[in-house]
Amino acid sequence: MKASIAWLKSLTPTTLDAQGLVSSLTMAGLEVDAVVSIAHPFTDVVVAEVRRVEAHPEADKLHVCQVFDGVREWQVVCGAPNVRVGLKAPLARVGAQLTESVHIHTAMLRGVESHGMLCGADELGLAEERAGLMELPGDAPVGSTLQAYLSLPDHALDVDLTPNRGDCLSITGLARELGVLTDASFTPVSIVPVAATSTAQLPVQLEAPSGCPKYVGRVIEHVDVTRATPLWMVERLRRSGIRSIDAVVDITNYVMLELGQPMHAFDREQLTDGIVVRFAHPDETLVLLDGRTVVLNEDVLVIADHQKPLALAGVMGGEHSGIQAATRHVFLESAFFDPITIAGRARRFGLHTDASQRFERGVDWALAEQALERATALLIDVCGGNAGPTIVTESPTHQPTRPTIRLRRARLAQQLALGLPDPEVTAILESLGMMVTQTSEGWLCEAPSWRFDLGIEQDLVEEVARVYGYNRLPTSLPAQAISMAAQPEAVMSVRRLKQFLVDADCQEVVTYSFVDPALQAMFEQEPGVRLANPIASNMAEMRRSMLPGLLEACRFNVNRQVGRIRFFETGQCFVPEADGLNQSERLGIVLMGAADRTSWEASRPVDFFDLKGLLDGIVALHGGAQLQYAEANHCAMAPGQTAQVVCQGQPIGWVGRLHPRLARALDLVKPVYLADLSLSPLLTGAVTTFEMISRYPSVKRDIAVVVPEDTSWGGVQACLESVHDERLRAIELFDVYRGDSIGKELKSFALSLTFQAKDSTLDESEIAGLMVMIMTRLKTELGATIRE
Amino acid sequence: MEELQQILEAALASVERAETLQALDAVRVDFLGKKGQISQLMKGLGHLSAEERPHAGAQINAIRDQVITALESKRDALETAAEVALLARDAIDVTLPSRPAHHPGGLHPVTRTLERLNALFASLGYTVATGPEIEDDWHNFEALNIPAHHPARAMHDTFYFADGRVLRTHTSPVQIRTMVSQTPPIRIVAPGRVYRCDHDLTHTPMFHQIEGLVVDRDISFSDLKGTIVTFLNRFFEQDLDVRFRPSYFPFTEPSAEVDVQCVMCAGQGCRVCKQTGWLEVMGCGMVHPNVFEQTGIDTDEFTGFAFGMGIERLAMLRYGIGDLRLFYENDIQFLNQFHGSV
Repeated sequence: MKASIAWLKSLTPTTLDAQGLVSSLTMAGLEVDAVVSIAHPFTDVVVAEVRRVEAHPEADKLHVCQVFDGVREWQVVCGAPNVRVGLKAPLARVGAQLTESVHIHTAMLRGVESHGMLCGADELGLAEERAGLMELPGDAPVGSTLQAYLSLPDHALDVDLTPNRGDCLSITGLARELGVLTDASFTPVSIVPVAATSTAQLPVQLEAPSGCPKYVGRVIEHVDVTRATPLWMVERLRRSGIRSIDAVVDITNYVMLELGQPMHAFDREQLTDGIVVRFAHPDETLVLLDGRTVVLNEDVLVIADHQKPLALAGVMGGEHSGIQAATRHVFLESAFFDPITIAGRARRFGLHTDASQRFERGVDWALAEQALERATALLIDVCGGNAGPTIVTESPTHQPTRPTIRLRRARLAQQLALGLPDPEVTAILESLGMMVTQTSEGWLCEAPSWRFDLGIEQDLVEEVARVYGYNRLPTSLPAQAISMAAQPEAVMSVRRLKQFLVDADCQEVVTYSFVDPALQAMFEQEPGVRLANPIASNMAEMRRSMLPGLLEACRFNVNRQVGRIRFFETGQCFVPEADGLNQSERLGIVLMGAADRTSWEASRPVDFFDLKGLLDGIVALHGGAQLQYAEANHCAMAPGQTAQVVCQGQPIGWVGRLHPRLARALDLVKPVYLADLSLSPLLTGAVTTFEMISRYPSVKRDIAVVVPEDTSWGGVQACLESVHDERLRAIELFDVYRGDSIGKELKSFALSLTFQAKDSTLDESEIAGLMVMIMTRLKTELGATIRE
Repeated sequence: MEELQQILEAALASVERAETLQALDAVRVDFLGKKGQISQLMKGLGHLSAEERPHAGAQINAIRDQVITALESKRDALETAAEVALLARDAIDVTLPSRPAHHPGGLHPVTRTLERLNALFASLGYTVATGPEIEDDWHNFEALNIPAHHPARAMHDTFYFADGRVLRTHTSPVQIRTMVSQTPPIRIVAPGRVYRCDHDLTHTPMFHQIEGLVVDRDISFSDLKGTIVTFLNRFFEQDLDVRFRPSYFPFTEPSAEVDVQCVMCAGQGCRVCKQTGWLEVMGCGMVHPNVFEQTGIDTDEFTGFAFGMGIERLAMLRYGIGDLRLFYENDIQFLNQFHGSV
């Protein structure tokens, strides 16, 4: 809402300057975004009359004029095409300043002296565009300074109103609020009803009284809609950011700005039989004022006549029934529309109008008649005509009522931690327009008809706090019973996991939760959840894993000459499953480039086992279940270098090398290793149960197990573990060998077995027995040959 | 006697000439070995008379001691020289970059900031609560006193899914989940990702918020103010002026926007604070009775406050980051500036 300070002060004559007003309003919850200049800070510009116009002897387009400034005539050279005898226009006299850089001097223009300058509105900062000289009305007082004539200097306050304060979407509303907040008191616009001078009227039927409980209308006959809007009105509209259209539209806009009541003017002769306020019929169409055709349905309130819809109630009028230059008789509408009936309708049709903005938030329901009288008076003043009687059509049972709100003294004191004296509270409530009755426990208040946001006690607590001043209220810390927080020992924090990865030289990234569906399709067999209204086509699908985002971050940096990447991210992923959407947290890691940071030694490139080491390192932090890695295939990972990660028998994710085909598609030259895992299993640790340590010596035996190439270490390990003998304490792999000495298609795992008993020293024969059992098992189950 | 003196001189000269440990050892064998010249002299004592023997023996011993001393001294010298030579060969360029025993990566500045916030509020007894990012309408709007068609919905620029669910527009649904599942006293912070359909210089379609909620008996607006002021001073590690401006959020009443004295210019007015000297950093208020009713909390027994703020905004002010878009480009040059423990 943009409001001229001069206009505001005409109703609430506060002595505050612009900064003072900004501060008062802002600190009362009506945030002023900006103080907008509405004219250049010009000096010595007066209302002048052009008395004589002659052609310039040397220039076709210039005129030599004699201009009267109220004291004497000046010779002024002027190039504007609309200069003419009798015109009243602003004259910047010699010595005047228009802007910081424009000063008016006596000048020679093609050999003719010019003592001053006749001004266009744009030159004074009163208009954006050049349109010749600014034409002042015939009654403009010659000799008066333009500043005084136009109530300048003035500024407009741009107030960013919260949705609850629809009552301040008018000069009256803001001035009323200033009356509460400042030293000055508010005087409403004086409105005198206009007596009917004709009997013309139009019947109104309220078929949807819940949506429109009250409709006030009036026919005004024989108006001249071509008359010019008075300059003062054009100026006030302009200072609120509204362009002048024609007299009738300007007047309805003016009343809306002044009082807050949106109005509409119809061409009476386009209306058939009378007005019907009803909900639209399904698929009914209406051509709006802006020329667009909208298709309506049954929850859209319309103003119709007996044949067709005329306007979207509370939003926008129709093209057909609007005021035209030839309009002779006007029907003025001033109605109360129920906010919920209007809310959202404008948006549905891609509209946002001054009317819908106000009706959605609530327009003072006691205002309709007054606004109509005000508009009638202005209309007759400007365009002439004869007003018919004001016809009020209403459904009293559907009208809002002023709710009675109880405010308990004790509650107010508790909420504000402050016991305000009763008279102070009463004064604040009354200043806001409430009818206040004091009771033994506090106050009973009737909210004013313009405050739709006051309904319950807490609303009044806020009003008292707001007017008293939030910053004057006390400050404390809550006194609460202390309690000891749970610290589950078996659950590791995400913070610890992140710290581990950071300590292992990894950098956390944060990527968008929505990804490019095409990129995601490279990593997933199934699509993700699609946004209905994505902001861009490459941000349209919710991620199913961390991989698309990480690869995108990887690519961003590779494109900027980064050769070594160690990124991780945790966050929710969104996987549609049979029993609903799984949105649980995942961990993603991507590694690329050198394994370590040293720059001056040969460094090997990172590989699968580096990434696996990070994952094993995470679970090693908390002593929970170890991770298992099963050879597997993933559509985005290289066959033979991919594993499904299993934790306690459950698959929890994937680790592997990015498939070279995808790497090429993503322009990633170096091998990239990826992991994507469900987060919570990685955080599930165990509370230690102490196991008695052995006091007896341990014995190590080394063997080499030669197996076919396709036997994995995991297979050998599982075979050894299946021995289930507690005397076999540890199995350690210390070499993997392939070579001619053992034969083709074979490999040798060199491993060290540690034996130890809890209750005795193992003797040679016991160990030999164990070794035979182990070797036999390896031979029979894996077809291994053993070299001791 | 003369013979002894000659042997001594010959031995000392040989020691002097020896340039390696092997040569020195040959000298030792030559004079002190079993068949060495001095050993031979000792053996020759047997030919002397009993009177002569002690004197001659003493003399031989004396030169043997001198030779041993010389040999040892020479050995020390040679060993030292050998070590010096070895060390010279192994000398390194100490100015080469280190081979780091440990080189940390880093946390994203949003995470760093969140962790600081979590820690600050944990010290006041708050626990961390989380919730889903794809929310239903009830948790994101309805229960927060934002019914359908409420003008406040227009402030949210919501992302929708075909089934009517939404990407949460704030972390407030976590408050609802907490109030539904717990009984007061409640003291939580809810950090996390939130989404608004807006993308320009100063908006990203995804950003982070942290919200706080306290519900207990006798919680007042004054408690809210005190909590916020304390928090802001601790977060920025400065005593800053803080002001509360009435505002409107459907889920709080009274509601306030919080401005903190500009940390860039100490309130003098600069580009960051648009010359006002103030920075808007968060919204807050007393929990609206309608929200309590939706979540089954007795409004006569309990009152509460809630606050919420944007993490990126706080991080930008804290670290002097001028461009919001940097947060989600994940450029290493940006990310690796945020070091140190949190």
